[in-house]
Amino acid sequence: MQATTSSTPAVPAVQLPGRRPLLTRKGWGAFCAALLAVCALAPVLNLWVPPDSAFHLSDYAVALLGKIMCYAICALAMDLIWGYTGILSLGHGLFFALGGYVMGMYLMRQIGTEGNYGSDLPDFMVFLDWKELPWHWMLSDSFAATLILIVAVPGLLAFVFGWFAFRSRIKGVYFAIITQALTYAAMLLFFRNETGFGGNNGFTDFKRILGQPLATQEMRMLLFVLTGCTLLGFFLLARWLVRSKFGRVLQAIRDAESRVMFSGYSPLPYKLTIWVISAMMCGVAGALYVPQVGIINPGEMSPAASIEIAVWAAVGGRGTLIGPIAGAFLVNGAKSWLTVVAPEFWLYFLGALFIAVTLFLPQGIAGLARKLRRSGGDARPLAGAQAEGRSPAAKEETRA
Amino acid sequence: MTPELMKAGTARFERHLEREAQRRAALTESGGRSAGYARHAVAGEVDVTHGRILYLEDVHVSFDGFKAINGLNLDIAPGELRCIIGPNGAGKTTMMDIITGKTRPDKGTVFFGSTIDLLRHNEPGIAQLGIGRKFQKPTVFEQLSVFENLELALKTHKGVKHSMFFQLDSAQSDRLAEVLHTIHLAGSMRRMAGELSHGQKQWLEIGMLLMQDPKLLLLDEPVAGMTDEETARTAELFLRLKGRHSLMVVEHDMHFIRAISEKVTVLCDGAVLAEGTLDDVQADERVIEVYLGR
Repeated sequence: MQATTSSTPAVPAVQLPGRRPLLTRKGWGAFCAALLAVCALAPVLNLWVPPDSAFHLSDYAVALLGKIMCYAICALAMDLIWGYTGILSLGHGLFFALGGYVMGMYLMRQIGTEGNYGSDLPDFMVFLDWKELPWHWMLSDSFAATLILIVAVPGLLAFVFGWFAFRSRIKGVYFAIITQALTYAAMLLFFRNETGFGGNNGFTDFKRILGQPLATQEMRMLLFVLTGCTLLGFFLLARWLVRSKFGRVLQAIRDAESRVMFSGYSPLPYKLTIWVISAMMCGVAGALYVPQVGIINPGEMSPAASIEIAVWAAVGGRGTLIGPIAGAFLVNGAKSWLTVVAPEFWLYFLGALFIAVTLFLPQGIAGLARKLRRSGGDARPLAGAQAEGRSPAAKEETRA
Repeated sequence: MTPELMKAGTARFERHLEREAQRRAALTESGGRSAGYARHAVAGEVDVTHGRILYLEDVHVSFDGFKAINGLNLDIAPGELRCIIGPNGAGKTTMMDIITGKTRPDKGTVFFGSTIDLLRHNEPGIAQLGIGRKFQKPTVFEQLSVFENLELALKTHKGVKHSMFFQLDSAQSDRLAEVLHTIHLAGSMRRMAGELSHGQKQWLEIGMLLMQDPKLLLLDEPVAGMTDEETARTAELFLRLKGRHSLMVVEHDMHFIRAISEKVTVLCDGAVLAEGTLDDVQADERVIEVYLGR
């Protein structure tokens, strides 16, 4: 800066913070352990350890974990837009469902003539007395096109919606309400038979994927591994995004948008980028979810489903990446246990959990873990003394 | 140097003379003078040849019938440090909102230099043109460190893709270190901005403005909440910036204004009431009536 150069000729050397690594060494260790668990440990325990062994991973557990990992991707996507950018979306279930529907359409076509009516068309179309596929089913027999559409459909919808919403500077609770209305409107649309998405029954009775039968143990395991790898991949992507300057601009938008604008950044492209990325991640999660669960219907677009995604992120801890993933596992683990043990209490539990987290743990479980670790650190004499000059590595750790 | 090289050099020089002679021969009668284009506007560059960096003329704004700005005329010279005072509701902050693109005036012209019409730009655009603004309430990114705050404000490309792959180069690091020093926060650069004291946040925000390297700084109550020592340091800093940057300072602290001011403008009811040195305006009957004397 010319202004200060001449007046302060001798600037004492300042050690500026260096570039933060993608993950710390400990972080990479944990990452590799998780990768190993998903890609090697789980398949071995499920496929090769005999069912009567104590170490056997049951098919039920595989299905449950696979499902929860899809939810965890949604929670991660929600965290990018809500936790880091401060934009609460209550319509992420829509993007999840759209990805799921794209995959569902492909899976419906894969049934071929084995449906109840023995027709080339999906059963519900025969039932509605349709003679040919509607135009939006055109690409549904191509797996490659399906893969593209899984991200393109939610991405495009998010782009168009986000463009208008962010350009009009719609924020906060208004944005949340509009997203809620959007997913509700989509649900009503998908409920109708005329839209050609199977009405309220949605798609089910899938038989094959890429010509291979879906209902085998091996295929389930393959989908499980694929989901786990996707989750870990998205985690790295999110990590890369939030630790770049791009991620810091997002946090700056969350904390003081006017300052961001007066610093010369236009918030619109930043919000739009992370919004579209987040929607695409949800789309991928939905596409992985459908073949594992075997059904997709408009229920996934219900407002409650979208709110649940926000609850996972809030319980896990907004503004940390590992938190929402943990939150998705915790809440859904509790859900699958409670709905078996005491089904009538589940909704009360969810409500109570949300209130408790809001009141006592604004930073979620990740914040609690951080607090516990920090107070543990203060107990040691040396660590406490360096309150200000916490080493970058330590800071990194608490942030991750 | 070998004789061969010297000979080759001479040959090259002769060829150059020959080409030069050919070029001259091909020129027109006007004697080879290049055409004159007078002064031309360079996009994005501030033209201050008329001696004014900021120019507001007959600006009007009203909010629901309340005339916040009512026929305001004001101009600022390059390198000037101008203090603006005025009672509450005089329109000081609204004026800054207009200059930075936050509020659209109902009527009037606002020019940056003699070629840039500020009413055609939005907030980020105006910031990129070289107008920095400090808010009344210190506004920093509380969840980011002091270092990261300054890094975000740095003058560079501000697009999404550029931000994703951005890395500080050494010149930028040096500048950042310098600003850290100027604002006396080198020791706390790793601290979260939210943990800073009020005065330190004010300094950080000023530092963020400096990182933007603006041509014109608009400072809304920059020393509010600062200790006397911090205020003195701020005055010192502003006097140092004067001349290289143009500054417009809105303040209520008369001691501070006395320390830095050369020319003071008094705003009242959305228009300029008086202008001159601090002593002049303090002696002005109308000013005493509306503001100083009560």
